[in-house]
Amino acid sequence: MTPDDLRTALTDRMTQKGWRWLTGACASAAADPAVVRGLFPLAGRRCGRVRLDPGDPYGWTVEDAARCLLLAAMPLTGSPLLEEIGALYRTGDAAERRAVLRALPLLPVGDGALPLVRDALRTNDTRLIAAALGDYATDHLDAETYRQGVLKCVFTGIPLTALPGLPGRADVQLARMMAAFAHERSAAAREVPADIRPILARYPDVPVPGHGDLADIPTATTDHTGNREA
Amino acid sequence: MRIFDPHIHMTSRTTDDYEAMHAAGVRALVEPAFWLGQPRTSVGSFLDYFDSLIGWEPFRAAQFGIRHHCTIALNPKEANDPRCAEVLQHLPRYLPKDGEVAVGEIGYDSMTPEEDEAFAAQLQLAVTHDLPALVHTPHRDKAAGVERTLAVVKESGIAPERIVVDHLNEVTVRQVVDSGCWMGFSIYPDTKMDERRMVAVLREFGTERILVNSAADWGRSDPLKTRLTGDAMLAAGFAPDDVDTLLWRNPVAFYGQSGKLELDGSDAPGADATYEGNSVLRGVRAEV
Repeated sequence: MTPDDLRTALTDRMTQKGWRWLTGACASAAADPAVVRGLFPLAGRRCGRVRLDPGDPYGWTVEDAARCLLLAAMPLTGSPLLEEIGALYRTGDAAERRAVLRALPLLPVGDGALPLVRDALRTNDTRLIAAALGDYATDHLDAETYRQGVLKCVFTGIPLTALPGLPGRADVQLARMMAAFAHERSAAAREVPADIRPILARYPDVPVPGHGDLADIPTATTDHTGNREA
Repeated sequence: MRIFDPHIHMTSRTTDDYEAMHAAGVRALVEPAFWLGQPRTSVGSFLDYFDSLIGWEPFRAAQFGIRHHCTIALNPKEANDPRCAEVLQHLPRYLPKDGEVAVGEIGYDSMTPEEDEAFAAQLQLAVTHDLPALVHTPHRDKAAGVERTLAVVKESGIAPERIVVDHLNEVTVRQVVDSGCWMGFSIYPDTKMDERRMVAVLREFGTERILVNSAADWGRSDPLKTRLTGDAMLAAGFAPDDVDTLLWRNPVAFYGQSGKLELDGSDAPGADATYEGNSVLRGVRAEV
């Protein structure tokens, strides 16, 4: 996603009034980044909140995209940028935090914003966990934390298709963890989410204890409303 | 029966409560910031609590099909602790949040000078941020507390229809009815106010400007008291429309004054209805 992609995605999804607000807000942010602190909470009320893809509960919303454009408009780099987005994250509600996480790949922050990703992964809010494991985490997050994040998705009912880093960032350790998870689930006579299969399939040498063959694992599609046991 | 509980402390309640509330018809609620039984000793402790009211708790409620909103304030009890007074300086960054629909709970606990100061300052914040305010009245010396509350509200210049004076009973309702303020009643399992007495109050005063809540928290309380009040009204001969006015349309009208009530996504029938010509769904709709 680039700022231009976001503008294109928003084209038919905002009122003219919403566009006027967003255009003005971005111009103000470009002139004085401190104004974003006051504008950031308003984006949902001014621009709307519908999903860009109505079928994807973990995908981008209009307010996410609007807030990302605001952040991308700030003429900041280096530590002033990290301080500003860190403060917006810390003082934000769940939607504002999600937007900061989504904006990270658009901002020149290098590895500097990883503490925000780790913070979100410590929560149990599936909206934040999914947003934390976006393109920025794919490119910057260390393997161990990434694996734990994937496992947390499986436990909280976030479909792994919501993670752009998979199956690319899957490694043999992740496959082992998924095999152990599948073993625990099947030992408890519970269903195993089908979306772990692509990871196991990449590492056919990783044994799934209790199963001679991957095809034997009883599977289920991910329960999107789960989140009862993490 | 669709129910909007205008005052309930879900942070202290279990997921069983959320399930039972949804089954009873609760589709929306407001969780006011208050004290947690155990006094806080630092500002950070408040901020984590406020963050939970605009982050985790709405997420938790949504898992059970209930729309969660909140009110934020320094509560009167803890306004007396000098270690907590700095909380007032942090409120301006919470009041503009989407799910934040009033300043509250503010008001009096023991009617100290510190409480006077915090109450007046937070009424001004409500004016500045164009928000209604939820005013707690003391459980001890209530009549004197209500009288002083109404005087402070009047002096603040805030419009009375943007105030709910909460935790009233048969005695104190008489003090508030002519003030123009909304009248809140918390229905408890013990003696403070119960659903049968509430029905008697409704017979005398009608449903206009009245809010009924469970005020359920960490003490002995019942999150289904809103539903039980609705049932008691029907048993006493009130029409279903009266029940809907009291338990849904009234809280929607009061908190709708914030312009921030969001009830779409709740499966309550008529959640897209309008009140006095104004949509309660004030979020900008995309013209797809």
